[in-house]
Amino acid sequence: MRGSLWQLGQSLTRRLAQADKKAVARRYFASEADLKKTVLYDFHVAKGGKMVPFAGWSMPIQYKDSIMDSTVNCRQNGGLFDVSHMCGLSLKGKDCIPFLEKLVIADVAGLAPGTGTLTVFTNEKGGAIDDSVITKVKDDHIYLVVNAGCRDKDLAHIEEHMKAFKAKGGDVLWHIHDERSLLALQGPLAAPVLQHLTKDDLSKIYFGEFRILNINGATCFLTRTGYTGEDGFEISVPSENAVDLAKAILEKSEGKVRLTGLGARDSLRLEAGLCLYGNDMEQHTSPVEAGLTWAIGKRRRAEGGFLGAEVILKQLEEGPSIRRVGFISTGPPPRSHSEIQDEKGSNIGEITSGGFSPCLKKNIAMGYVKSGLHKAGTKAKILVRGKAYDGVVTKMPFVPTKYYKPA
Amino acid sequence: MLWASRAASYLRISAFHRGFSTVLKDLKYADSHEWVKVNGNSATIGITDHAQDHLGDVVYVELPEVGAAVKQGDSFGAVESVKATSDVNSPVSGKVVEVNEELNNSPALVNSSPYENGWIIKVEMNDAGELKKLMDSDQYSKFCEEEDSKH
Repeated sequence: MRGSLWQLGQSLTRRLAQADKKAVARRYFASEADLKKTVLYDFHVAKGGKMVPFAGWSMPIQYKDSIMDSTVNCRQNGGLFDVSHMCGLSLKGKDCIPFLEKLVIADVAGLAPGTGTLTVFTNEKGGAIDDSVITKVKDDHIYLVVNAGCRDKDLAHIEEHMKAFKAKGGDVLWHIHDERSLLALQGPLAAPVLQHLTKDDLSKIYFGEFRILNINGATCFLTRTGYTGEDGFEISVPSENAVDLAKAILEKSEGKVRLTGLGARDSLRLEAGLCLYGNDMEQHTSPVEAGLTWAIGKRRRAEGGFLGAEVILKQLEEGPSIRRVGFISTGPPPRSHSEIQDEKGSNIGEITSGGFSPCLKKNIAMGYVKSGLHKAGTKAKILVRGKAYDGVVTKMPFVPTKYYKPA
Repeated sequence: MLWASRAASYLRISAFHRGFSTVLKDLKYADSHEWVKVNGNSATIGITDHAQDHLGDVVYVELPEVGAAVKQGDSFGAVESVKATSDVNSPVSGKVVEVNEELNNSPALVNSSPYENGWIIKVEMNDAGELKKLMDSDQYSKFCEEEDSKH
């Protein structure tokens, strides 16, 4: 049974309920007082933020403008997101690279200092524990950011392996950056606006690159990355400077960059074809199935040496049985768990994320289908409330990405 | 990727009180936030201003077939906003005699004109007595305030 008009978002909650009833009950009913607040909480409220419980935090889902307008504004001008609920982490020590390489699929050793990549933490079965952007600051320092909802699980996983690694004499230690806040500045105005606040030349920092630099008077970790498909940055700022930085960014943009909430963030990442862990990738999903084969370093394919490597390398060789694909569809927007059928009505897969694209003004979705039916242009039926609607496999990103790369 | 986790699933608008939603005097209201306008035996049904405000941009309205039977309190269709899917329940029992085809092309009418151009269906009522179970505008306004304060 779906809920009433009142219970917004329940379709998503229901999906979760199936996956993990206890966790839902615990978090869903967590009182307002139990929720963690970022240092920007009062600022959000003052700016009209609609605060909602999210992964144990009270976060803005939107501000005064609609999710539709907010999404479009991020691509036309820019959006500023508080993502301080996410967990920044530094791994240090001379063996931090071989240590991390046991846990992720990336060629960390091969990264140039000051560069990073999207990667996946895998389990023994080759499934994804989390996705994360990791940066090699230098050979004895890795900086990474993991999902808020995976924080406890990820930290326990890393800690367990770290203990074993150290017991064998490995030199690695961690620091959890709870003293810092994280802002994401995304969109075409991100670079010009941020340039007003730093003396470093941002035109020399390309997509995926990292610097430690002074922004608005505070020492920040700057990564040219994001979760929207736009050019932009994620800025790790000392928490005592976070509100000032947010204000300065909004002011320097003369109102064009707007505070943007989780609602628009979800639309933006879906338009950019980016996975949301927990929806589009889960414990049982391999990076190959998820279409992240590109993130498995060449050397790692040859050598393995990460958790679940046997499974993943075998999938690489034989091809995965299912694959993540994009869809454009008619009718109501597909949501996670909508069934996908072939034209004869046989089940071929399931939607994992879907919605109405504010920028394209049509339904977009992603999901998993049987290999062979994954090619762009393949027609399918997507079931929403028992009715079949036309869908077609569509190449992602749905909206072209605008990452800042060397010409 | 950078955002989030399965916790995305908690996207659930915790209603913060905006006040100012319009409520019309001559309509009747259901506790699931639909309104009904009665004219003889005919009932026009839509969702309230309060409901559309909380839902946000409506991108799709799923309409029933003309001739379909509806029952008081049961779902007859759905409204999709950018973020959420919500059932629409019928405040009265009867037979659907007309659906607002305009909503197929312009679902946002539900936002811009919830009580006029954004009407959803017209029903020929079986039992006008059911109307007694619905709220009047004052009761509904109070109901919204109370529901908001609970969240």
